[in-house]
Formats: sequence, structure tokens, C-alpha cells
Amino acid sequence: MDWQAIWLSVRLAGATTAILLALGLPIAYWLTFSPRRWKFLVEALVALPLVLPPTVLGFYVLLAIGPRSPLGALYAKLTGGMLPFSFQGLLLASVLYSFPFAVQPVAAAFAGVDRRLLEASWCLGVSRAATFRRVIVPLALPGIATGAILSFAHTLGEFGVVLMVGGNISGVTRTVSISIYDSVQALNYAAAGETSLFLVCVSFTVLALTYALQRRIWTVWPIH
Amino acid sequence: MADPLICQCRKRLSKAFEVEADLRIPLDRAPVTVLFGPSGSGKTTLLRLLAGLERPDAGSIAFGGRTWFDAARGIHLPPQQRRAGFLFQDYALFPHLTVARNVAYNASHETARQLLDTFGLADLAASKPRAISGGQQQRVALARALAAQPALLLLDEPLSALDALTRSRTRHELRRMLLTGGVPSIVVTHDRMEAVTLGDWMAVMVNGRIRQAGPVQDVFRRPADPQVAESVGVENVLAAEIVGRQSGLLVLQVCGQGNGQACGGRIRCVDSGETGPVFACIRAEDVAIAPRMDQVSSARNRLAGCVRAVIAEGALARVELDCGFPLVALVTAQSAAELALGEGDNVAAVIKATSVHLAAHSGAGNLARSREKV
Repeated sequence: MDWQAIWLSVRLAGATTAILLALGLPIAYWLTFSPRRWKFLVEALVALPLVLPPTVLGFYVLLAIGPRSPLGALYAKLTGGMLPFSFQGLLLASVLYSFPFAVQPVAAAFAGVDRRLLEASWCLGVSRAATFRRVIVPLALPGIATGAILSFAHTLGEFGVVLMVGGNISGVTRTVSISIYDSVQALNYAAAGETSLFLVCVSFTVLALTYALQRRIWTVWPIH
Repeated sequence: MADPLICQCRKRLSKAFEVEADLRIPLDRAPVTVLFGPSGSGKTTLLRLLAGLERPDAGSIAFGGRTWFDAARGIHLPPQQRRAGFLFQDYALFPHLTVARNVAYNASHETARQLLDTFGLADLAASKPRAISGGQQQRVALARALAAQPALLLLDEPLSALDALTRSRTRHELRRMLLTGGVPSIVVTHDRMEAVTLGDWMAVMVNGRIRQAGPVQDVFRRPADPQVAESVGVENVLAAEIVGRQSGLLVLQVCGQGNGQACGGRIRCVDSGETGPVFACIRAEDVAIAPRMDQVSSARNRLAGCVRAVIAEGALARVELDCGFPLVALVTAQSAAELALGEGDNVAAVIKATSVHLAAHSGAGNLARSREKV
């Protein structure tokens, strides 16, 4: 089994989930509670990775982070490194790719919080930020957990985006799905089978644990 | 005690409906003010405007010498800065927190514990809101609002989430709790019994506007116009002319159902200094029914009438009479049965002169509407 690839995938998925939670919570809050009329455009943008082929997303990310793009140039200037075919570049692509998986369950959970509870908190003199922390987050915890788990699982299984943006560098960008593909290409079915089975077991265990802990039926598919 | 609340603002809710309040509530003199009106009259919206949960389109709101809202100066204090405690219809307790933590949500644990004791909630401190009764939830919500030390309490239909039995028992208790809290309160209700029990002062809202404001008893005894009369529960609003004065009483000629022809009966009432065309307002429960015209009683008005309908309403019966004009009487179902009231029976409607309240006549449009509803 390709432990190096598994460990890389876990690191990538963990980092992606952490970033998605930090970005996704405020965006989900804005999507849920903003009175702006044009927010449907942002909603569509957030959901875009659900329908785009990973290769299309990967292609644009590759263009956007290349050394000739402003973003790539800035990164090179700041760090001296390059984003394409690096772990950081892969992380950026993963965050974009899993965005709807984090934002949609969280937004759905926020929308399920009774608005009067927020108003009650405000009228008791508690600020909006503190109300978010003390009322919305605790009540939306199941949705936030779903968002985190789906992001993690989705990143663990991504293939097309990795291939486009990260390539296949052992220990840097060769994730578990690329490793399996490599093994099959090399007709090493035994190795591919081992790693695949491992991935199936891990995914099933994580999902089963989630359902067991929450005791609630969620749609695995996050579109609501 | 607190300063008056001055509110002059309006907010458009839809093309056809606008809430417009021009109101000065003497919270310094009246501890509990009732904002009264039928469902959909805009009471809750006005309360939310006061709390800062909605923003008026124009006008100003000031309380305690502080401007809460002023459209002209661009001032709109958020709810956090108004210190107005808000009690929601269904209490909006935080479901993930215990009773004690709800009350201590924005207060010291010391304050919270004192309030839990005051409201008899100490035993429930560790319970979750879902596990306690509606009446207990109401007390928790009130304790929570008071714990944050508000300058003003706003209560939106505080008794409507309770079942009928608890509601009638809780009315007095709520007033006692509001007085104990020592914070001036504005209570929204559409129930006139609640208004009478809870309030010292009341404002009546009809179709988005404040139509009358004053001490509760005054508003009930002397509704300012037919719509107020109807919303405070005076079923009989009769167009009448003052035709004379007799031993200190006014004699009214009630207009008939036709086009203002004087074919109705005469009613005597206490002289309140009214002149010209008036509306005589008589609550249905103030109309008694006697089987014959020739009995003697202290009541000054005995009108011959014909029963048009008898409608059972629980323990009561609503009797619709034709006395040359339509008159509604509310009697107990037992009395209706004893009198064997049936359609077409000739009876006497007995009304004390002191039960007839006059409201100034304010125009033909209102007259037509009041007839429709009588």
C-alpha cells in the first residue's frame, strides 16, 4: 500500500477542511442572512464546482496560479516558489473544488435557526458577532459537522483537479487516487486493490460514524 | 420612573398597508401600556419598530431623552443599544441552553439567580426550555429579559402561546410580575380581557394607525370612533340623533336600517355633553332580555324587539334582535333556554342608561361601514 500517498491525501484533506471552515462559515452566514438581491449570483458561483468537470476547474486554476498570472507572480515574489505542481497549489485547487460541499450544508443549517432567537439575543444586548458564536454556531453544529466531513471526504477522493494542477510528484502531489491510477497503469492490480479497499473502508467508517453520532438523516448530496 | 416614549413614525409593509404611529406613551405614569387592536392591524410591527428590529421609513422615536430613531438625522440605534427587552410570542428561549443559562445569557449569575428565585424557577434551573410548560417558559423569558436590565419591556402577545385555562390564570400573575420587575412595559394584545387586566393605559390600533390612546377604562367606556368601538368589543354601534334631554338623561333616536330614516326606537343614556349626530355604543353583554314589555326594573331602556336569531357560543348565546334597528345581546345559554328564545319571538331588550356610550359621529363613510358590521 502506498502509505506516502495516503498520508499526503489526509494532510491535504485536513488542511482543505480547516480552510473551508474558516472561509465557509462567514460566507454561509452572509448567504443566509444578507438581504441583498444579487446574492443568488454568489450562490450560483459557490455551487459551480458541483457541475463543472474537475478538468475544467483544474485548467482555470492552473492558468490562474501559473507564474505568468498576477497571483502566481505575487506568490513567487513572496515565497520564491511556484504554485503549480506544489502542495500549496493543490491545496488552493482543493479548496475551490470542495467549496459547495462545505458552504451548502452550513448555509442550510444556518437557515434552520429560528430568526427570532437571533433577534432575542440582539434585544438582550448581545452583539451580532457574539450572537453568531453563542446561538447560531451551537444550533447549526450538525450542519457544520456535515460540511466538514463532506469536504474532507470529497478532497480525499479528488482526482481530475489533482492531475491538472498537481501532476504526479511522489510525496508532494501524488495523492491516493493518483497512486491507485498509477498502479493500474502499471498493471499492479494487487496494490491498486489494496489501496482502493482501504479508501472504501475509511470513507464508510467516517460516514457511518457521522450518522451514528448525529442520529439524524442527512442527504449526503449537499444540494438542498 | 421612566420618561415618556415618543414615537412618530411610519413604515410601509405592502402597497396597501402602512403602519403609521403618532403616539406619546406616558410610561412615567402608567407602568403597563397595552397596544390593542385586531389581528393584522400592525401592532407587532410597531413593537418591532420600537425594538429596533425593523427600520421605519420615516419619522422619529425617542425614549428617556434619547433618540432611538430619526430618519432626518440618519439615526437608527440597533436593538443592542436601545435596552428594550423584547418578549416574543413564543418566547424564543435558546433551546440549547438550560433555564439558568437562558436567564444568565447577558447577566451576572448573581442577578440571574435572584430572578430565578423571584419567579419561582429555581427548581427548573437545570432544565432545558423544551422540558418545561408554556407558563414556565413565559416566566423564563420574562426573567431573561429583566436580567439584561432593560429600560423598557416590549411584550408581543405574551399569553397567546398558552392554552385557554392557563391564559386566564396567568393574566393577573403577568401583571404582578411586570409590576415586580419595575420596568415600564408595552404589551401587545388583541384580547380585551387581557387589555383590561394588564393595562393602565392603552392605545388602540386599527388598520395600521393609532386611533385612540388613553387610560384603559376611558378607552373602553368612550371609544373615539366606531372602528375603535368595534375593536374593543362593543358589538352594538348604532347611529343615532340626540332628540332631547329628560331628567338629566339624553334621549336618542336610533336611526333605522333604511337611509337614515328615523324609524328606530328611542334610547336614554347619561348626558356626556355630546351634541348632534352620535354613535350609541352598547356592549352585547349589557343588553338583557325580558319576556314581556310590562315588567318594572331599574333599567331605563326597554325596547320592543323581535328575535331574528339565537346563536350558541359555548356557555353564552348571542341573540340577534330587531328593535327597528339591529341589536345584539349576549346572554347565558341557560337564560336563553329558560326564556325559550326562538326566531320570531317578541321580547323586550333591557338596557341600563349607564351602559350606553356615545361616540361622536365622524362622517358618512364610517356610518355606512358601522351599519354593515352591526
